[in-house]
Amino acid sequence: MRLKWLIPAIYIIFLLLPIYWLVNMSLKTNEEILSVFTLWPRDLTFANYMVIFTDASWYSGYINSMIYVSINVVISVTFALPAAYAFSRYSFVGDKHLFFWLLTNRMAPPAVFALPFFQLYSSIGLFDTHIAVAIAHCLFNLPLAVWILEGFMSGIPKEIDETAFVDGYSWPRFFIKIFIPNIASGIGVTAFFCFMFSWVELLLARTLTAVNAKPISAIMTRTVSASGLDWGVLAAAGVLTILPGALVIYFVRNHIAKGFALGRV
Amino acid sequence: MIAKQTNQKAWFMVLPVFLVVAFSAVIPLMTVVNYSVQDTFGNNVFTWVGMDWFKDLIHSERFHAAFLKQLMFSGIILLIEVPLGIMIALAMPKKGWGVPVCLISMALPLLIPWNVVGTIWQIFGRVDIGLLGHSLASLGFDYNYTQDPIAAWITLIIMDVWHWTSLVVLLCYAGLCSIPEAYYQAAKIDGASRWSVFRYIQLPKMQRVLLIAILLRFMDSFMIYTEPFVITGGGPGNSTTFMSIDLVKLAIGQFDLGPAAAMSLVYFLVILLLCWVFYTVMSNIGEESSNGGK
Repeated sequence: MRLKWLIPAIYIIFLLLPIYWLVNMSLKTNEEILSVFTLWPRDLTFANYMVIFTDASWYSGYINSMIYVSINVVISVTFALPAAYAFSRYSFVGDKHLFFWLLTNRMAPPAVFALPFFQLYSSIGLFDTHIAVAIAHCLFNLPLAVWILEGFMSGIPKEIDETAFVDGYSWPRFFIKIFIPNIASGIGVTAFFCFMFSWVELLLARTLTAVNAKPISAIMTRTVSASGLDWGVLAAAGVLTILPGALVIYFVRNHIAKGFALGRV
Repeated sequence: MIAKQTNQKAWFMVLPVFLVVAFSAVIPLMTVVNYSVQDTFGNNVFTWVGMDWFKDLIHSERFHAAFLKQLMFSGIILLIEVPLGIMIALAMPKKGWGVPVCLISMALPLLIPWNVVGTIWQIFGRVDIGLLGHSLASLGFDYNYTQDPIAAWITLIIMDVWHWTSLVVLLCYAGLCSIPEAYYQAAKIDGASRWSVFRYIQLPKMQRVLLIAILLRFMDSFMIYTEPFVITGGGPGNSTTFMSIDLVKLAIGQFDLGPAAAMSLVYFLVILLLCWVFYTVMSNIGEESSNGGK
C-alpha cells in the first residue's frame, strides 16, 4: 500500500509524454525534426510560433473558434437555466419524454447530421457564420446543460423558493437575485462543459464553415493534407490549442470536483 | 424526493430549449428520413424507392464490416478504460497538494480538440520523428501504423485510452470522495478485507457515476470520427474504417445520399437501442444492490 502513489504518477507521466513531445517538436526547426532524433531542441527556435502569430490565416482561426465557442456557451447557459428550473421544480405533461428526447440528441452521431446541417444552414443563409456553428453545437450542449443544471437545482431546497414568494418576490426577480447566486458553481461547471465540447468538436464546425468562420482545428487539418511537411508549425498550432483549455481547467478546478460529485457530466 | 408541483405553464420555460434543439435536430433528421427513401440522379429530381436502401444496407458486407469493427473498438476500449479508471481513482490522493496536480493534469487531455489529439498521436507514433515509433523501432519492434493494420489498431486504442480514461477516473474519484470516513472505520472494526471494502462500500457508491461514465464512453467511442480520420484516415486498407468514417465517405465523398441516409438512420437507431439496453440493465443492477445491500 505504500507504493499506492505510483499508479497515478505513472498514469500522469503517460498522459504528459505525448504532450511533451508536441511541445518539443514545436520548438525545433524542421531540419532538426527530420534529420536527427533529439529529446530536446538543439537550436531552440520560436519561429514556428511566430508564423502563427503573424499569418492572418492562422491566427484568425483561433479568433473564430473563440467567438463561436463563447456564443455557444452564452446561448446554452441562458436557455438551459429556465428549462432546468422547470424540470427540477414542476411536473407537466410530457416532461419525462421531453427530458429523454433531449438526451437522445446528446447520443446522435455528428456524422449523421453533417450533411443535412450543411443544407439547412445554406438554405437560410447562415452558412460560414459563427452563429451557425454556435447553434449547431447547441444540439449536444443544450441537453447537456439542462442535465447538469437540473442536477444542481434539485440540490437546492424548495423552501428557498417558497420563502421568497411569501416575501413578495416576483418570479424573475427571485430567479436572478436569489436562485442564480445559489447555483453559481453549477453554472460554472455547465459553462466549463459547454466550452469543452464546443471547443473540441471538429466535424460540424468544419462542415458549416468555409472561410470567414473557419475554426483553428479545421485550418490544421488543411495543413496536414496540403503540405504534410511543416511539422514544426503544426506542433506549435497544436500547443496553442491546448492552452485555452488548460487555462479554463485551472480556473474552475475546484468547481469541477464539486460538479462531478453531483454525479452529472 | 419531494413531490413536484404540477404546473403546465412550466412548458413556457422549456420552450426556448425545445425550439432550438428541435430546429437543430428534427429538421435535419427529417431531411435524412426523406433521402433514405428516395433516389436522385442530380438536378434535384427524386424518385421514390421505398425500403430499397435499407434492404441493400442490411445485406451490404461493407456495412457489416464497419459495424463489427466499431463494436470491437468500443468493446475493447470499455474493457480497458473502465477497470483502469477505477484502479487509478482508488489510488488517487484524497487530500494535500497531490489533488490539484492530479485533477489538472488528468483533465488536460479532455480539453484538447479531437483533431489535435489525432495530430499529437500521429507525430508521437511516427517511426521517423515520433518518440513512441522511434523507441519501438530501435528496440527492434516492427511497428508502423501507416502500413500494419494491427499497429494501427493498437495506436488507436492506446490513443483513446490516453484521451478518455481520465473521464472515468474523474467521475469515479468524485463518487469515492462522497463516501463518509465513518464507513471505512466501521469496515476496519469489522476486519473487512481490502476486496470486501471495495465490493460492498466503494463499488455501490460509484455505481451511479460509473453508469454515466460507461454510457458516455460507449456513445462517444461508437461515434468516433476525428481521431482515426487524422491518424489513419481509415487505413491501412479499410482496417480502421469505423462507422462514422464510412458514413462521411459515403455521404460527402461519394455523395450517395440515399444509402448514406439509410445508414445514418440505422446507425442512430443502433446507438439509441444499445444505450437504452445499457441504461436499463445498469439501473436494474443498481436498484437490486441498493435494496439488498442494506
